[in-house]
Amino acid sequence: MDVEVLKTYLPLYNEAILLTIRIGWLGILAAFAIGLLGAVIQYFRIPILKRITAVYIEVFRNTPLLVQLFFIYFALPKIGLRISAEACGILGLGLIGGAYMIETVRSGLESVDRIQSESALSLGMTRGQVFFYIILPQAFSISIPGVVANVIFLLKETSVFSTISLMDLMFTAKDLIGMYAKTIECLFLLVVYYLIMLLPVSIVGTIVERRARYAQFGD
Amino acid sequence: MHSLGIDVLFKGTNMIRLLKGLWVSVEISLVSVVISIVLGLVVGVLMTSQNRGIKAVLRLYLETVRIMPQMVLLFIVYFGSTRVFGLNISAELSALIVFVFWGTAEMGDLVRGSIKSIARIQYESAYALGLNKFQVHYYIIFPQTLRRLIPLSINLVTRMIKTTSLVMMIGIVEVLKVAQQIIEANRRSSPNAAFGVFAVVFLLYFVVCWPVSRLAASLEKRWA
Repeated sequence: MDVEVLKTYLPLYNEAILLTIRIGWLGILAAFAIGLLGAVIQYFRIPILKRITAVYIEVFRNTPLLVQLFFIYFALPKIGLRISAEACGILGLGLIGGAYMIETVRSGLESVDRIQSESALSLGMTRGQVFFYIILPQAFSISIPGVVANVIFLLKETSVFSTISLMDLMFTAKDLIGMYAKTIECLFLLVVYYLIMLLPVSIVGTIVERRARYAQFGD
Repeated sequence: MHSLGIDVLFKGTNMIRLLKGLWVSVEISLVSVVISIVLGLVVGVLMTSQNRGIKAVLRLYLETVRIMPQMVLLFIVYFGSTRVFGLNISAELSALIVFVFWGTAEMGDLVRGSIKSIARIQYESAYALGLNKFQVHYYIIFPQTLRRLIPLSINLVTRMIKTTSLVMMIGIVEVLKVAQQIIEANRRSSPNAAFGVFAVVFLLYFVVCWPVSRLAASLEKRWA
């Protein structure tokens, strides 16, 4: 391995990781918003919306992100919906992540014991209060392991962005290998940069999970 | 107004080619899944061992697979192996190696989780009834583990099929690549073909994966 080569490649990889993180976090934020909304719809069994949510979940959980991105990026412009590659990445990640997040948050909501809401109601709380002060906080701590797993999954999935010509880590690596054939250096940096991005999330995730578990067993 | 390109698929053998492309990725995933399940059973049982060395190694393996995107692994095996070892591994074999490497870890973790989820009282009761070690595992633990495991491994099949869409990145001609070729070939006569063709690809993946994940969900509900 040639250290000089690594040095010259570093700026390119830095730019790529920033792009990946920017799009990744926006996508994850969108996924979380969709997840919360969808889970609430399913939890309260809101008619019609519940059906739409169910179809959405099945469609996006049963197709690969790569195919979804191709559809959004290459197919939708043909019927007049043209969006930039970056917006496409955020949208794609948000949509697939949303489908996974709904399931995670919903199962969290459903695992809160019924007696909790019954007790709260009998104390005179309104339905809204019961949901926001009693159910949601408990459901949140139960869903944390699932949410962390989803976040890691989504950050990994960003690697397919290169196919819609976003200059992410994969794109940079492939491009450099194609141009200069310094394969080992490029792959080494690729692995290191994915570790830089994902290892902290994984470690923080484990710590948060442990704390959330204490919160559950603390009573 | 140009058509939206569904008609392109009915020209010549286009639809057959697309389906053949889909079969390429389904085939890779089925072969990988079968090997992964076999190896995963072994790895999963090893994961429950008390030996610290084995535990640490398998933990490292699992975390590596968890953190590295499958695409990175594909690149490492496909491009890296040639450079480092001078091996010339075909794209198909690289894909198989990566998906087995990934699938074995996932399957191993599912096996470990299923074994761990069997309540200790099951063992204790069985021993109390006078069953020997083999009988306890064969008649009590194994059937229960299997019931938890089967829906989860069926889910692994759909995940595998979805993930194998990545193989187009190392030059395997699968459904997405064929779709691109069809769109390119009909660029003049049907400039909007991208819509119809990619919509069909989207639908094809759904048609393959959805029944499988429904099956997993219903088995999970029945055996829960």
